Amino acid sequence: MLSIDGSFLDFKQLDLLALRQTPVHRLDPRAKVLTTLCFIVCVVSFDRYQISAMLPFMIYPAVLMAVGDLPFGYILRKIIIVIPFALLIGLFNPVFDRQVLMQIGSLDIWGGWISCFSILIRAILTASAAIILVAITGFPAICEALEKLKMPQTFAVQLLFLYRYIFVLTDEGVRTARARQLRTFGNRGLGIRHFGSLVGHLLLRTWERAERIHMAMLARGFTGEVHSSRRPSHFGRTEVLFMAGWITLFILLRLFNAPQFLGGLFTGTMP
Amino acid sequence: MHMADALVSPAVGGAFWAAATGTIAYCSARVRKDLDDRKVPLMGVLGAFVFAAQMINFTIPATGSSGHLGGGLLLAILLGPSAAYLTIASVLMIQALFFADGGLLALGCNIFNLGVFPAFIAYPLIYKKLVGHDPRQSRMVAASILAAVVALQFGSLGVVLQTVLSGVAALPFDTFLLLMQPIHLGIGVVEGVVTALVVSFIYQARPEILESTLQQKPLGDLPIKSLLATFLVATLLIGGVLSWFVSENPDGLEWSIAKVTGTPELPEAEHREHQRLAKIQEETALLPDYAIPTEEGEARSAATERMGTSLSGLLGGAMTLIVCSLVGVFLKRRSAAQRKEA
Repeated sequence: MLSIDGSFLDFKQLDLLALRQTPVHRLDPRAKVLTTLCFIVCVVSFDRYQISAMLPFMIYPAVLMAVGDLPFGYILRKIIIVIPFALLIGLFNPVFDRQVLMQIGSLDIWGGWISCFSILIRAILTASAAIILVAITGFPAICEALEKLKMPQTFAVQLLFLYRYIFVLTDEGVRTARARQLRTFGNRGLGIRHFGSLVGHLLLRTWERAERIHMAMLARGFTGEVHSSRRPSHFGRTEVLFMAGWITLFILLRLFNAPQFLGGLFTGTMP
Repeated sequence: MHMADALVSPAVGGAFWAAATGTIAYCSARVRKDLDDRKVPLMGVLGAFVFAAQMINFTIPATGSSGHLGGGLLLAILLGPSAAYLTIASVLMIQALFFADGGLLALGCNIFNLGVFPAFIAYPLIYKKLVGHDPRQSRMVAASILAAVVALQFGSLGVVLQTVLSGVAALPFDTFLLLMQPIHLGIGVVEGVVTALVVSFIYQARPEILESTLQQKPLGDLPIKSLLATFLVATLLIGGVLSWFVSENPDGLEWSIAKVTGTPELPEAEHREHQRLAKIQEETALLPDYAIPTEEGEARSAATERMGTSLSGLLGGAMTLIVCSLVGVFLKRRSAAQRKEA
């Protein structure tokens, strides 16, 4: 029960972070969306046995978290939750890929372990990029950016509607789940049979809500467009600098293995 | 199961992004053409309903584990294919952004796996054909179980194909397939039963909701051609882009094997230069003990060289991480100080 409420509160908190006022929050959302996508593509394009060259990419989440004043522990917790999903598949790598690629002392390291670790780093980097994007931009602004980048308007309206009602309805879902849990003993009543009518009632209430919303919208002259007063944004010089700077850095880090070079200076091996 | 960014390659991710955005554009145009603006709030609120319903778990009989509603098929039954597809896509987008569930590059794959199959295959070609205009309970249950199973089998096949094509995970195709399909058979049956329970409840309480969707004939003129064209484009993209990638850089494994077994000999002059530089570096290095001793005139063995590079990689990696976090801490302190002044 606690976990249900917990995940719900978590969700709200991420949304609230987007309201902060920092230099990165003020950037045009398009710049942030495109830079994030570029970051993810660069990270994901690495060879499957690559580890060291990926590490410098940590600079992007680190800088954004610092400048955007995001709580490190909270972001970390959100990332840790999603890592098992990718790692579940990655853990099969050492089973199937036993090519010895590296030796530390007398210990043979299989290619599978290296690629599994690589998957872990990919998961951390890509998940942090997505969560930080929401935390410094906010969902409505991301929708607006995507709409300006030629996403169909119908879909943009759908995303905004979904976003608006998600908090109301998940609240209702949480309350329903809590009410049922308080009335059950052990596992009685948590089965599939009562689930149908429980969720069915929720669905009916949802449906009626949609009908009321529709009437209210018609009364206010709805024509298929959602107008909202969001933060005015404009793609200026700061945005161009932000994007160009980061994307250049990503490409450089993608092309040159900086840690290998740095380590080589200290151990004396040629990169 | 959601496809994750960590397992996807840019070519596969990009191809499915193209397929998903194409289908979204097509469905948006269709929903708009329907001119049924009642659907606009309905789609949004039902998407939120899927989240709410997922907060309510149930115990799965005989296993003792708990599950929750997926919702794809239910949305298709309530809204019809195009509107359901858009709703599923929007739900997945929120999951990718707020929960990093799947990820942004893998979003195209996930929309494809969890959207196209329930909305354009399982619902119109199975559920609707079986239920027809006679939504009796037994029929509805059978139809939704079958439809959910088919949708999830295709979906998990999609995950397997995308993972194997991406080549980040080492799981062989057949093993992965044998792992995924039976699990999703079970999930499909449970999803079908739950969907049927909810749908029959709605049918008893407010039959007109289901009848209006059933009587819609969006499929009469569903251009199968353009759907097939989307699939074709996706396939071509994947095939073309992937094969280009493959020929450009050999597969990671091949590449590393090549490095292990037969590295091309360096020309003599360059070799000497290399060793001279190595010697200078060795003298200046802080941790010379870890350097691999080189003997004059003898090429270093591939294994020791590899060990050298991996060691410097490890060390350099650790230092990079420290640098990154120091930059973060520094910036954080500075912006905190600025806020205090302001």
